[in-house]
Amino acid sequence: MSLRRVVSVLTVPALAIVLALVVGAAIMIFSSPLVSGHFDPLLPLGAYAALLSGAFGSYNALIQTVVSSTPLILAGLAVGIGFKAGLFNIGAQGQFLMGAIAAAAVGAGLSGGPAIVSIPAALLAGLLAGALYGFIPGFLKAFTGAHEVVTTIMLNYIAIQFVAYLVTGPLRATGATFARSSDVGTAALPILIGRNGHLGILFAFVAVPLAWWLLYRTTLGFEVRTVGANPDAARYAGMSPRTVIALTMAVCGLLAGVAGAGEILGISHYMPAGYSTNVGFDAITVALLGRANPVGILFSGLLLGAMRAGSNLMQIQAGVPVQMIDVLQGVILFFLAAEVLVRYIFRVRAARVQVDELQTVSRSYGGQTTP
Amino acid sequence: MGPEPNPTKAHALEMRGITKRYPGVLANDGIDLDVRPGEIHALLGENGAGKSTLMNILYGLATPDEGEILLDGKPVTIASPSDAITQGISMVHQHFMLVPVLSVADNILLGEEPMAGPVFMDRGRAETRIRELGGFFGWEIDPNARVGSLSVGWQQRVEILKAVYRQAKILVLDEPTAVLTPQETTEIFGVLRRLTNEGYSVIFISHKLYEVLEIADRITVIRRGKVVGQRVPSETDEDDLAELMVGREVQLTVDRGESHPKDTMLVVDGLQVKDDRGREVVHGVSFEVRAGEIFGIAGVAGNGQDELVEALTGLRAVSGGHVTLDGRDATGDGARELTRRGVAFVPADRHRFGLVLSYPITDNMALTDYYRAPYAHGIIRDEAAIRGRAEAAVAQYDVRTPSVDVAAATLSGGNQQKVIVAREFDGELSLLVLDQPTRGLDVGSIEFIHRQAIAKRDAGTAILLVSAELDEVIELSDRIGVMYRGRLVAVVDGPSASREEVGLLMATGGRQASASGDAA
Repeated sequence: MSLRRVVSVLTVPALAIVLALVVGAAIMIFSSPLVSGHFDPLLPLGAYAALLSGAFGSYNALIQTVVSSTPLILAGLAVGIGFKAGLFNIGAQGQFLMGAIAAAAVGAGLSGGPAIVSIPAALLAGLLAGALYGFIPGFLKAFTGAHEVVTTIMLNYIAIQFVAYLVTGPLRATGATFARSSDVGTAALPILIGRNGHLGILFAFVAVPLAWWLLYRTTLGFEVRTVGANPDAARYAGMSPRTVIALTMAVCGLLAGVAGAGEILGISHYMPAGYSTNVGFDAITVALLGRANPVGILFSGLLLGAMRAGSNLMQIQAGVPVQMIDVLQGVILFFLAAEVLVRYIFRVRAARVQVDELQTVSRSYGGQTTP
Repeated sequence: MGPEPNPTKAHALEMRGITKRYPGVLANDGIDLDVRPGEIHALLGENGAGKSTLMNILYGLATPDEGEILLDGKPVTIASPSDAITQGISMVHQHFMLVPVLSVADNILLGEEPMAGPVFMDRGRAETRIRELGGFFGWEIDPNARVGSLSVGWQQRVEILKAVYRQAKILVLDEPTAVLTPQETTEIFGVLRRLTNEGYSVIFISHKLYEVLEIADRITVIRRGKVVGQRVPSETDEDDLAELMVGREVQLTVDRGESHPKDTMLVVDGLQVKDDRGREVVHGVSFEVRAGEIFGIAGVAGNGQDELVEALTGLRAVSGGHVTLDGRDATGDGARELTRRGVAFVPADRHRFGLVLSYPITDNMALTDYYRAPYAHGIIRDEAAIRGRAEAAVAQYDVRTPSVDVAAATLSGGNQQKVIVAREFDGELSLLVLDQPTRGLDVGSIEFIHRQAIAKRDAGTAILLVSAELDEVIELSDRIGVMYRGRLVAVVDGPSASREEVGLLMATGGRQASASGDAA
């Protein structure tokens, strides 16, 4: 990719972030009477400073940023690779949960065994569960034409309820005061750096170059991209769009499943009944902000992870609630979707080469992506 | 009816010194164009010559950097299409701007509804008016018919009615005959004549030379953004116009020489194929193609040719019959298997099948070979080999592009087709299927692709040529099969075939002919 191309691709995401920070600042100023009793035009400065310092201000803050980014990057890839194949994978959330519960179950089952067995087994379980949960909508799309947006949304609900059932039922730990699965014991991922920099963070940093290499340097990735860009041309070229779609969704699910397994085995070490996470949905923002490119997803995942990591300090120091991050994220997503608006505000000329992933999003609602 | 011809003004429209620059391109370079009242003025030029830019400026879709536009001698500013319409300029695009689910009346009235009171439309008045307008052209038009259910020719008439309804004085028709049968073309020419007799002016954009000579009063030729000549049909001919357009002498009919057919390469026997809705549209077609010959299939679009080609290239299932390639069965083989067996295919719809528009030329050149050596080793792509092939092809086929890394979408139609031809004509082939290989291309590109096809034939490749362009089939084919309603109704000798004979077979299926699908 030429430098000019890179700049042209990055313009809108960068401007979307700037606009989000401006909108966030405006909200903080107007709601500042609720925090401090009077209008405080400087509140955003303090809040953003605390956010920065909470994300990058210390060694532990940096590690926390990386740890928070890990699932976002992995699940971001799960959405982004889908975009490349012309699929809008809204099911990263469900795939993440299935990966998490499978890892929790196998981890708990092998919690007394040697780590050399229990860790790979629990990870493998999470990965396979995610892959299977991605394969289902992929298969349905490829062979029956059922739209992945609809099926993955439904599968998300099924995953939430299924996890709740397992944790309150068959997998419920005895003796725990609230419903949760039992501890994964030796299957817990070792801490490599800092307070909580677990082994799982490596997965994200391996997955990014691997995904890039597969997409852009192998015939498999070429098939995925061709099916996404033009399914008819893919058939003409002798590819099988059906197989590609089913398998790509399985790979997406695998990545989201690894993200889920990493969170359980690396951080919480058990699955609580009300496991509240938004990783699978935040991943859509990550993928769009990263322009569905693995390297872009790495950086957008780090950015959103940094905002998550720094938000606690922002709440403590500036009194701005952590939910502000959701607002920022929402505004970023809004401006990414309203690309024309961003270009108008900043008078940016449209790129000559269209960005495909947003087409996938809009096309997904009515257009044809079926083989 | 129609605008009053104004004898005191010599020009209905004058465009003076129109210049339009796009980054890196001078699309229009001081173009002068004048159109008289009651005149059919043809605008002739290759793709990318600047015709569309000029017309976009006239229609308010682009702003000129320099120059002025005069209507009836008065300078005007046209800032938007609605400006253009108010000033009496109407455009009939090549791809119709109609809403298929709406009725004829709705489409014509859209934006100009006659009202009965503040809320409701006066349907009765509207329908009467449309019937009146249709009657003027001698058309029985049903204002309540859904546009989507009309034939292409009728849709075009709706477009023309729309323009007339909006009291356009100047009609711009962008390649109006590209989608029509010869009969429909003759009819539309009659309509245009009627319009000009009433004082309307018509700007007729085309690159079909014989049509321009037939219909135009004057012809302005544009090349590379400049007017390179103006002609009156009586004082020019096709060769002269082609040379003006391309800037060099062009051979309009390639010298095909004699063919030397060898062994039979493709045998199609009783082939049956269904369309997307499951109806059989190819009913037991049989023919043979020998190595070193071009077998042409002529037929009006929609007589089963598309499905036949798709079945033969592995894109559509075969529902009956047999296909034999080089002595071995190939019935129902997929696209990948056929590529392996040396079948190459230039599809009719280059945007749908032939190219991935967002891909650079490199990836498009490797589209059908990406999985095998030397372009891939195992699953790993060989970027150097892919790039090398693209660079060689761009040089050999004279693809005009700044580099092999630009997206195919940025190339002109002719250059896009050259990329496909370069890819498909490459290497040792057993069978080459050409489906409308020159659709929408300018004469220079057509000449080039025809030469390549002849060269490939002489190198011993069996070529199946399918085209709705009768001239193309007659010009290139050694034998011609005519398709009519899903059957091959006749096979005639190519070099001795006449346009009239084949045209009649295309239109009627040669009802007297007893044999169906009787290959030579």
